[in-house]
Amino acid sequence: MLAIEAENLSKKFGDFTAVDNISFKVEHGSIFAFLGPNGAGKSTTIKMLTTVLAPTSGKITLNGHDVLKDPNEVRKNFGIVFQDPSLDDDLTAYENMEIHGVLYHVPGNEMPKRIEQLLGFVELWDRKNDLVKTFSGGMKRRLEIARGLLHHPKVLFMDEPTIGLDPQTRNHIWSYILKMNKDEGTTIFFTTHYMDEADKVAKEIAIIDNGKIVAQGTSAQLKEKTKANSLEDAFIELTGHEIRHEEAAPNQRMRMMRRMRR
Amino acid sequence: MNTLTVLWLRQLKKYFRSKARIIGSIGQPLLFLVALGFGFGPIFSKAGGGNYLDFLVPGIVAMTILFTAIFSGIEIIWDRQFGFLKETLVAPVSRYEIMVGRTLGGATIAVLQGALVFVISLFLGFTPNLMMLPLAIVFAGLIALFFTALGTAIASLLDDMQGFQLIMNFLVMPTFFLSGALFPLTGLPSFISVIAQINPLSYGVDGLRGTLANATQFGLPMDFAVLGILTVVVMGIGGYLFSKIQV
Repeated sequence: MLAIEAENLSKKFGDFTAVDNISFKVEHGSIFAFLGPNGAGKSTTIKMLTTVLAPTSGKITLNGHDVLKDPNEVRKNFGIVFQDPSLDDDLTAYENMEIHGVLYHVPGNEMPKRIEQLLGFVELWDRKNDLVKTFSGGMKRRLEIARGLLHHPKVLFMDEPTIGLDPQTRNHIWSYILKMNKDEGTTIFFTTHYMDEADKVAKEIAIIDNGKIVAQGTSAQLKEKTKANSLEDAFIELTGHEIRHEEAAPNQRMRMMRRMRR
Repeated sequence: MNTLTVLWLRQLKKYFRSKARIIGSIGQPLLFLVALGFGFGPIFSKAGGGNYLDFLVPGIVAMTILFTAIFSGIEIIWDRQFGFLKETLVAPVSRYEIMVGRTLGGATIAVLQGALVFVISLFLGFTPNLMMLPLAIVFAGLIALFFTALGTAIASLLDDMQGFQLIMNFLVMPTFFLSGALFPLTGLPSFISVIAQINPLSYGVDGLRGTLANATQFGLPMDFAVLGILTVVVMGIGGYLFSKIQV
């Protein structure tokens, strides 16, 4: 069975086509990297795959369930680490974990043990009772990753999970995710701008640009196709040198306004 | 713990942790009680209306609940902005359940805030009918639920805080001022009277006044029926709109 299957998926915002008729398949237990320049349509695709944004057209199946017709069943099957912050800053680290555990039906008797284990893993256990608003960006990121792993999802989506983390933490977190992939067969679908990271962990890579998938295959295949020495060179070969502009979503604009007011 | 409890508890924890918010939201009702209660008191009794403070307090308690409840509902916009909303929207629980949990949390806070103003009013000289207090709490709860759900419904349609001033000036303030919170609904020009009668808060104010101050316009059964039905309806609409949110 396939973990994820997208067929002719498109998303338009007014005149702008963010995702343009893409199709791809992700095997069970695979580690799938979804790469692309800023504004290429990565996050929009992840939002559609995870039921929070309705596609303009196309079909998505996740673990055999139709994402559009059966969103509740689909939500039981995946976990997600969002690109933007998604913690409640006015609650403690432990409380954020606990709410997640309850929402994802982690059994009550297992919950404290798992929360301790995961907060320990991202080295936040001694800060468990501190409000999240006192955390640095990196700490928040670690907490979000720990939270995404709490319920042992069958498919784990991660949108630029390691952004803002130092190499030590990145390695540490990837080794845990790879172990989960190996032990539990968790399918991993992630985006990143670190090409070395994708090169190292991904079993399959899709490169998206201007809403279209421009290449797909293993890292070796992509390098071979573009006659490049590294994945980064292959990526630039496929997507060009031009620097991209990304429109801020309304909520991001607001975040900036609020920052200015402070 | 289940979804409802954990989301309800979240609202309460956040409320009790922001002392500034608790104290800040007492300021306005207190000002209304003192300025209007003592300012208009003499004229009101001279006109044969009786004790104005006894008349006013249920109105101001209702106002406090209205404001707190609407804000709690609209908090969804902040959750959207800070991203926490996404976390709940991708969870494998029904969005109606999420909406109801949040609404119960917001409504509880609104009732607590109303109770705080009620207690303060006792020190200002309000003499309520304490026998009817349990029934008054039921009305307070209905007002709170209705307006939290209304706030949720509105916030589900908004992307950011741009429309907030619009809601304040064209919905919340008129709802308060034209509800009979400040003046009796008898002998009014007919257009104001009509507005007051289609204003849900009028029935909430009347219910509180009927229980706490033994004075009702529509009768308590009517107040209860109107508010109860409207609350169920707006919970349904709010839940539906919330379930359609995209981020």
